[in-house]
Amino acid sequence: MRFNEAWLREWVNPDIDTDTLVHQLTMAGLEVDAVEPAAAPFTGVVVGEIVSCQPHPDADKLRLCQVSDGETTFPVVCGAPNAREGLKAPFAKVGAQLPGDLKIKKAKLRGQPSEGMLCGGSELGLEDLIDGLLELPADAPVGADIRAWLNLDDTVIEVDLTPNRADCLSLRGIAREVGVLNRAAVSEPAAETLAAAVDATFPVTVEDVEGCPRYLGRVIRGIDPAAATPLWMVERLRRAGLRSIDPIVDVTNYVLLELGQPLHAFDLNKLDGGIVVRKARAGEQLHTLDDQTLELRDDTLVIADGSGPVALAGIMGGRPSAVSEGTTDLFLECAFFNPLTIVGKARGYGLHTDSSHRYERGVDPALQQRAIERASALIVAIAGGEAGPVTEQGDPARLPVAAPIPLRAARVTALLGAALADADIEDILARLGMDMAAEGEGHWSVTPPSWRFDMAIEEDLIEELARVHGYENLPSRVPAGTPAGEPEGEHVLPVRRLADTLRDRGYLEAITYSFVAPDLLAKVDPEHPPLPLLNPISADLGVMRTNLFAGLLNAAGRNLNRQIDRLRLFETGLRFVPGADGLNQEPMIAGLLYGSAQPAHWQAKPRQVDFYDLKGDVEALLALSDADAFDFRPGQHPALHPGQCAELVRDGAVVGYLGKLHPRLAKALDLPKDLYLFELALAPLRDGLLPRFEPVSDQPRVQRDLAFVMDDQVAAGDLVAAVRAACDERLRDVRIFDVYQGEHIEAGRKSLALTLTFQDPSRTLRDTQVNDLVDQVVTQLKQQFNATLRD
Amino acid sequence: MMDNLESLVEAALAEVAAAADARALDEARVRYLGKKGEISALLKGLGGLSAEERPKAGALINEGKQRVQTAIDERRAALEEAALNEQLGAESLDVTLPGRGERPGALHPVTRMRRRMEDFFQRLGFDIAEGPEVEDDFHNFEALNIPAHHPARAMHDTFYFGDGRLLRTHTSPVQVRVMQKGEPPFRIIAPGRVYRCDSDLTHTPMFHQVEGLLVDENITFADLKGTVAAFLKFIFEVDDLPVRFRPSYFPFTEPSAEVDVGCVSCAGEGCRVCSHSGWIEIMGCGMVHPKVLEHGGVDPTRYSGFAFGMGIERLAMLRYGVNDLRLFFENDARFLSQFA
Repeated sequence: MRFNEAWLREWVNPDIDTDTLVHQLTMAGLEVDAVEPAAAPFTGVVVGEIVSCQPHPDADKLRLCQVSDGETTFPVVCGAPNAREGLKAPFAKVGAQLPGDLKIKKAKLRGQPSEGMLCGGSELGLEDLIDGLLELPADAPVGADIRAWLNLDDTVIEVDLTPNRADCLSLRGIAREVGVLNRAAVSEPAAETLAAAVDATFPVTVEDVEGCPRYLGRVIRGIDPAAATPLWMVERLRRAGLRSIDPIVDVTNYVLLELGQPLHAFDLNKLDGGIVVRKARAGEQLHTLDDQTLELRDDTLVIADGSGPVALAGIMGGRPSAVSEGTTDLFLECAFFNPLTIVGKARGYGLHTDSSHRYERGVDPALQQRAIERASALIVAIAGGEAGPVTEQGDPARLPVAAPIPLRAARVTALLGAALADADIEDILARLGMDMAAEGEGHWSVTPPSWRFDMAIEEDLIEELARVHGYENLPSRVPAGTPAGEPEGEHVLPVRRLADTLRDRGYLEAITYSFVAPDLLAKVDPEHPPLPLLNPISADLGVMRTNLFAGLLNAAGRNLNRQIDRLRLFETGLRFVPGADGLNQEPMIAGLLYGSAQPAHWQAKPRQVDFYDLKGDVEALLALSDADAFDFRPGQHPALHPGQCAELVRDGAVVGYLGKLHPRLAKALDLPKDLYLFELALAPLRDGLLPRFEPVSDQPRVQRDLAFVMDDQVAAGDLVAAVRAACDERLRDVRIFDVYQGEHIEAGRKSLALTLTFQDPSRTLRDTQVNDLVDQVVTQLKQQFNATLRD
Repeated sequence: MMDNLESLVEAALAEVAAAADARALDEARVRYLGKKGEISALLKGLGGLSAEERPKAGALINEGKQRVQTAIDERRAALEEAALNEQLGAESLDVTLPGRGERPGALHPVTRMRRRMEDFFQRLGFDIAEGPEVEDDFHNFEALNIPAHHPARAMHDTFYFGDGRLLRTHTSPVQVRVMQKGEPPFRIIAPGRVYRCDSDLTHTPMFHQVEGLLVDENITFADLKGTVAAFLKFIFEVDDLPVRFRPSYFPFTEPSAEVDVGCVSCAGEGCRVCSHSGWIEIMGCGMVHPKVLEHGGVDPTRYSGFAFGMGIERLAMLRYGVNDLRLFFENDARFLSQFA
């Protein structure tokens, strides 16, 4: 809502300056978004009168004018087509400073002297109503400073209103609010009544009385099609951000600004038969004022005539029935539409108008009579014509009625944490126009005025009390009381701990969008059809991710394009996997490795990351959790290299994958070096262990190094498991210290060298006991893997 | 014999002093002080002396031995010191060369700020709650007193899936889920991703909010004001941070407020960050609407509560001086690595 301060002050004029007014509005919940001067700065412009006007001897399009400033007459060369004798127009005298850093000097134009400039609207930073000079009314006082005369040293205030404050979508509403805040009287212009001069009416039938409980209509005949909107109205409209169109549209816009009531004027002679207010029939069309042809839906309330819809009720009129240049007879509409009927409809057609904005939020149901009188009086005053009587159709019983709301002082105190005196409560609500009936000590029945239809419950009234009392005047305290919830168990691993570990291992945390490009996602996860968005921002953010790889790969790609050649990224967040049991929104942690294994160093030879760097990072995460509960197994994942992919298993379920990006994908993404990825489900990872003390043994440890030769397909993990199975608890540790293939080892076989550490917790192990254990291992491995001790 | 002692001691001291290394020093020790050493041999000559002379001569010899021994010890220490010094010199490194090993990466600034927020509220006894991001209309709108076609819906540019589900436009639905699941009192914050169908200089289609909810008996607007003000002072680490509450409107709170802080960039003088107003809008809050309590299964005649919601990116931008929201989701390593 934009309005100019001078207009507001005609209604209510508290003794405060602009800054205070603006602060007051903001702190009352009418947030001021902008405060701007009503016109650009300029000086030296007065009301001038063209006393004579002759053709320029040497230029077809220029004229020689004599312009009076009331004291002196100046020669002025002017090119405006509307320059004519007797016209009053803004006159920038020599020395004037105009917007755009233009200074007026004495000049010669095509040999003729020119002392000053006659101005059009745009030259003063105003609106150009016509191509040419700004035509001032005949009663404009010649010589008067134009800034003062047009009241241009005015301020435009723009208020960003919350949806509940539809009552302030008018100057009247803002004025009421300022009056309340300042205890200042609001002097509304007296409600006019324009008596009917003729008895012409136009038939109206309201079929949908629920959607339109009140439809006022009025015929005005014989208006002057050549009439012009007075400058004062043009200026108020301009300051409110509206362009002047023609006197009739301008008046309806003006009344909308002034009172908050939308109106619509039809060209009476273009209406067929009579008005019917009804729902559109599917397939009906309307050519709207903004020159679109809309296919109407049957949930849309329309104003129709005998030939079909002529307006979208409460949203926009149609072009064919609109007021145009030759219009002489009008049918003026002023209705109350049910907000529930209007809301969402404009949006559904891609429209948003000043009218729909108000009807969706609600207009004062008691306003229509006054608004149509005001509009018709203004039309007749500006454009002449004779008005018929106001007709009313609809069902007034369906108009909203303000119901009384109970209010208790005790509830005020309980909600605000401060007691307001009963007298203050009564005073504030009375200023807001509420009717109050006392119902006992500290208990009222409050009926809000017709314009405060946002008041429904006690809390609404309490907010009004707090608002007018001032939020800043209410107390403040830190709440007492004790924590409410259940703390997490000690064994639960915080996500923070996992993130910190990756961070400390050189990873940067990424946050990528939860929606990704469907084609990329199909490459990294073809097996899960993703959930598509109905209205994505763009096609490449079209589907919900079913894993976190796509986002990380995008992020990596962007970084590699920016000359980053070593990258570790991780992300935590939900993946969205549709399944038979519905959508699984599962928290995951995923990472990406690329480039050299270590940061560049002057001493070390750079080595590129490989699978075991990746696995080391994953193992570091598992080490925080119940590491022994997890198994790595050779796995298959469509995004990963089939020979360099592991699945992570816990309790028999796959809870993650890690591996090298599939070379086909690496090629498609144009990655010059190998890239590694992991993705783990957070829930099993977070299910950690409570430490369990085990007595420390001082008995000596015995180590044996053994190298076995076996088929190279044997998995080291299986071999280690077999070693453990072959021994008892005296085997304390198995470590692989070498993997070898090549000379001295048959093709297709490999050597795995193990260090076994033995210890008996309570006595010293004898050599023979260790030898027995080693023999068991050798036998087991021979049996299970055909593995032999290497010579 | 005593003359001989004196010259032997002198000779020994000279040899000790001249010893260039531990071995030469040891040879000198053996030659003079060893069992068969020249000074030790003098002690064997004591037998030829009278009983009166013997103790005195013995003492003199021992004193001589002691002098030599002391000299040897000192010389050994000096030699060891010199050897150590030489070794240290040889081992000296250019300590200005860079060290080795992995450097820490960084947490995303949103995570960094989120943790700081969580830490504050956890100290006040708030638990951290989570909820789904693909939400239903009921939890995202209806239960929050935003019925279909409410104008407030137009302010939430919602992503839809066409089957009634949508991407949550705020973290507020977690309020309802928490209340439905448990019994009052409630003290929770719900940080997380939220989505709006909007993308330009100052909007990204995904961002983060932290929702807060406190429901208990006797909770008032004063508790809300106090909690929010304490939180903002904690986050910005300014004790006298100006904080103001302005009436506003959210369908799920009544009364509702917007909270401004004095611009942390210009201290209220007026600058680009605060659009020259001296104030920065930081969050929305209010007393939980009775209908929302009812949807959560909480008796509004017995309990009251407050709720608040704020954007994490906005706080992170102000706190860390980030001037472009979109940077948060470009995941540029040169940006991310600044938040170790």
